[in-house]
Amino acid sequence: MTTQLLLAMAVPVAGAGFIALLRRNPNAREAASLVTAGALFAIVLQIHGAVSGGARPELVLAEPLPGIRIALEAEPLGVLFALIASFLWIVTTVYSIGYMRGHHEKNQTRFYIFFAFAIASVMGVAFAGNLFTLFAFYEVLSLATFPLVTHAGTEKAKRAGRVYLGVLFSTSVVFQLLGIIWVYAIAGTVDFEPGGILRGNVAAGLVPVLLGLFVFGIGKAAVMPFHRWLPAAMVAPTPVSALLHAVAVVKAGVFAVLKITVYVFGIEFVAETGASVWLMWAAAATIILGSLVAFTRDNLKARLAYSTVSQLSYVVLGAMLANGLGVIGSGMHIAMHAFGKITLFFCAGAIMVAAHKSEVSQLNGLGRRMPVTFAAFLIGTLSIVGLPPTGGAWSKWFLGVGSVEAGQIGLVAVLMLSSLLSLAYLLEIPVRGFFGKAEGAGDGGPPGDTHAHHGDAHAQHGAPRWSVAAIAVTAAACVALFVYPEPFYRLMTMVAGQ
Amino acid sequence: MSAHLPVLQVVVPLLAAPLCLFLRKGRAAWGLAVLASLSSWVIALMLLRRVLAEGVISYAIGDWAPPIGIEYRVDIVNAWVLLIVSTIGAVVSLYAGSSVEREVDAHRIPLFYAAYLLCLSGLLGITITGDVFNVFVFLEISSLSAYALIALGQHRRALTSAFRYLIMGSVGATFIVIGIGLLYAMTGSLNMADLAELLPGVWKSRTVKVAYGFLAVGFCLKLALFPLHLWLPNAYTFAPSAVTAFMASTATKVAVYMLLRFFLTIFGAPFSFDVMALDRVLLPLALVAIASMSLVAIFQVDVKRLLAYSSVAQIGYMILGLSFATVTGLTATLLHLFNHALMKGALFMAMGCVMYRIGSVRIEAMAGLGRRMPWTMGAFVVGGLSLVGVPLTVGFVSKWYLILGALERGWWPVAVLVLLTSLLALVYVWRVVEVAYFREFPGEEETREAPWTLLGPTWALAALNLYFGIDAARAADVARQAAETLMAGIGS
Repeated sequence: MTTQLLLAMAVPVAGAGFIALLRRNPNAREAASLVTAGALFAIVLQIHGAVSGGARPELVLAEPLPGIRIALEAEPLGVLFALIASFLWIVTTVYSIGYMRGHHEKNQTRFYIFFAFAIASVMGVAFAGNLFTLFAFYEVLSLATFPLVTHAGTEKAKRAGRVYLGVLFSTSVVFQLLGIIWVYAIAGTVDFEPGGILRGNVAAGLVPVLLGLFVFGIGKAAVMPFHRWLPAAMVAPTPVSALLHAVAVVKAGVFAVLKITVYVFGIEFVAETGASVWLMWAAAATIILGSLVAFTRDNLKARLAYSTVSQLSYVVLGAMLANGLGVIGSGMHIAMHAFGKITLFFCAGAIMVAAHKSEVSQLNGLGRRMPVTFAAFLIGTLSIVGLPPTGGAWSKWFLGVGSVEAGQIGLVAVLMLSSLLSLAYLLEIPVRGFFGKAEGAGDGGPPGDTHAHHGDAHAQHGAPRWSVAAIAVTAAACVALFVYPEPFYRLMTMVAGQ
Repeated sequence: MSAHLPVLQVVVPLLAAPLCLFLRKGRAAWGLAVLASLSSWVIALMLLRRVLAEGVISYAIGDWAPPIGIEYRVDIVNAWVLLIVSTIGAVVSLYAGSSVEREVDAHRIPLFYAAYLLCLSGLLGITITGDVFNVFVFLEISSLSAYALIALGQHRRALTSAFRYLIMGSVGATFIVIGIGLLYAMTGSLNMADLAELLPGVWKSRTVKVAYGFLAVGFCLKLALFPLHLWLPNAYTFAPSAVTAFMASTATKVAVYMLLRFFLTIFGAPFSFDVMALDRVLLPLALVAIASMSLVAIFQVDVKRLLAYSSVAQIGYMILGLSFATVTGLTATLLHLFNHALMKGALFMAMGCVMYRIGSVRIEAMAGLGRRMPWTMGAFVVGGLSLVGVPLTVGFVSKWYLILGALERGWWPVAVLVLLTSLLALVYVWRVVEVAYFREFPGEEETREAPWTLLGPTWALAALNLYFGIDAARAADVARQAAETLMAGIGS
């Protein structure tokens, strides 16, 4: 099984090589992307099988410093994250083919290459066996996604790139790295162990500080005030925003928070010391403030970005509850939010390609022309808000119950309020789409005309067929996960049970 | 033969130097310089292996027994520094071939290599000798040849820079020789091991303390510790590219070694830290150096000058490690001697490649070079990431030990400061990267990648940055042993 661990990272890297070789033939190049994504998912499934059976495959790649190893180890939480990321990579590749061609993006080969590198580093994060490895791949992920964020090469993209790398890098270096070295100085190891490695080695007063160093130092989790990079990253092409900035990169952040809480601190130790109480409220503040800011954004992708900021803190909150139910809710929310939010971003991209609309206020009446897209957006919305019949209902349920068990009734109120807020700011979009009146004169005729000059195949369907197919898959998955959340739930009970 | 390795280490380049002058042809002189510096690299490798296997090597020059005769004494500390200096010396000599042809007048090229080898043998001599007056002699050899090397730069300001360095360097050397003289007056010995035994008897005397002060100022001038760094930026900026790469990676490192050797081995850690409070004097200077010089580097428009200020800041990191007065801190210092040589060597050599093609290293001139000279800028990015301290580069290893050392002492604000200043490094590296990769190339179409004779050595160092970032266990182990040796003093 250790071979599979290595392959999980080697396959996307090799895929990047093939993509580069096939740059002259776009069809073959995209086929290489798809095959790589499919192969990766198959590998992760194999690892999943082994880990479900109780195995914990481990692989040491190098030992840069005495006792500090670059090591991979598969455990349930990492498998959960890897499953989601690798599955959605397939879907996103399908989507990208429609989007990148329909949107006439330049430098598509570079795009697919760095996408593959980003996925490889995500696998590194998912299967990291210790803090050092996690940190290394975390930084590689920032670097690999930078060319994707600045893909357009414009002045605006460059500025956004500076914010992106600036925030992610400075938080990780100043807080996270300090936390890692501090943990090493205290515990003499940085390995992930069930139950944590700090108990008995550290003064109780220091634990809240250390935990804070990680929660804020993992900038990818976007806990306020270190969230600015996420809206800035929206300048990237939509598939990047969809997979990386709704799933892979941001989930790498919250995944790291959850993993460190469980395997470095240990949830019981956190609960005993009360180290996480102040961070619960930091997460709660981000949940509410993120939702409020989302309200004020007319740009669709910006609104979704702030929604992501808010939703990510649900996962952080679940980890900070420091009880089994919270951890289960937290991990489930990684999965459920991934499927919901990627659907929303896919829809936003489809609207952009088909109708060239990027603002919420421009969407009136568009739903009647793009019914599949807007219906999918509605399903995604329900899942984000946490309403049946979508998977989002489960994670919200566990988070709510976990809050009660932690004795934090205030947090339940926060969860309720935020659900209402997100319902309001997201529901506006399908409502406008289906029931709003199309304004004809304002922008040169009805939407059907504005893109008629493109004259290509997607005019008929509204959005590229490849993209619509991808949207249908993720929207269907949101519903399926309501009926059958079992695989993710089982993995998370294994994590919480340790 | 192998018994004479210590003396060969110095004698090979020392004798090759005048031969370079006789050869008269630039190419031939270069060949000899490469040969000499490669052989001293091999010797340094063999010495380190022997020291690791057998312990301290003592070699009596001309069979005159110490303490009367001059002793060359190789322990793990200076075997380590010898390896650093000779590695850089070898790589830069390979690199110098094409670079110097472009930047130095043809009839001066043999002179250049003569001075280069003299400088190399001087630095190796300072490192290997076990005799304090011998240190001074080699210091003068390396300094005088360094002034000549810097003065060979293309720009006329190279002359004034060299002159300024000459003045400051001579002041430093004078302070050092005064210190040595006072020590001799008190103990009647010049042998390091001998001095280490005799000095505790006269610890109380004011003369010894004054000698300590003179030496401290002299060393700090030589290693360019803030605020005695003023000679460095101009010297590095206007020297020929190969000289900058060589000096930045070796000269200041050897000065740090001198400081460690005198203050920890000869005077001993207890005297330095408990009586003279060396750590408390150096700590604030190091912190100010790191913070202020990193800030100053951000505002430079000439990349060589930017890197020069960065060097002053990085020297601050080395001194910071020493000021922790612990084994971990010293390990960080010794590791950073090595790691900083690798990163700055790669960076300055990449700038030499740019100089070779476009004749300028101003930031604006580098627009679009990311595409035009992908290998050159790739090496710059690797070196830059290492300077910032990204994991899997050597810079990270230094930072790891430095912060670990700070936390061991409970000085978490120092740890935070180290991390914050690495962000400043990110900013100044980023300024170059952004121009090189995001701006359109304005110049002529035919600007090409630098020749492989330059790229080869540059990438050799860049690759070492990555190699020792991924597999630092061996280097860290040697550095820790060396740190333990220094802290224990010569008696053990």
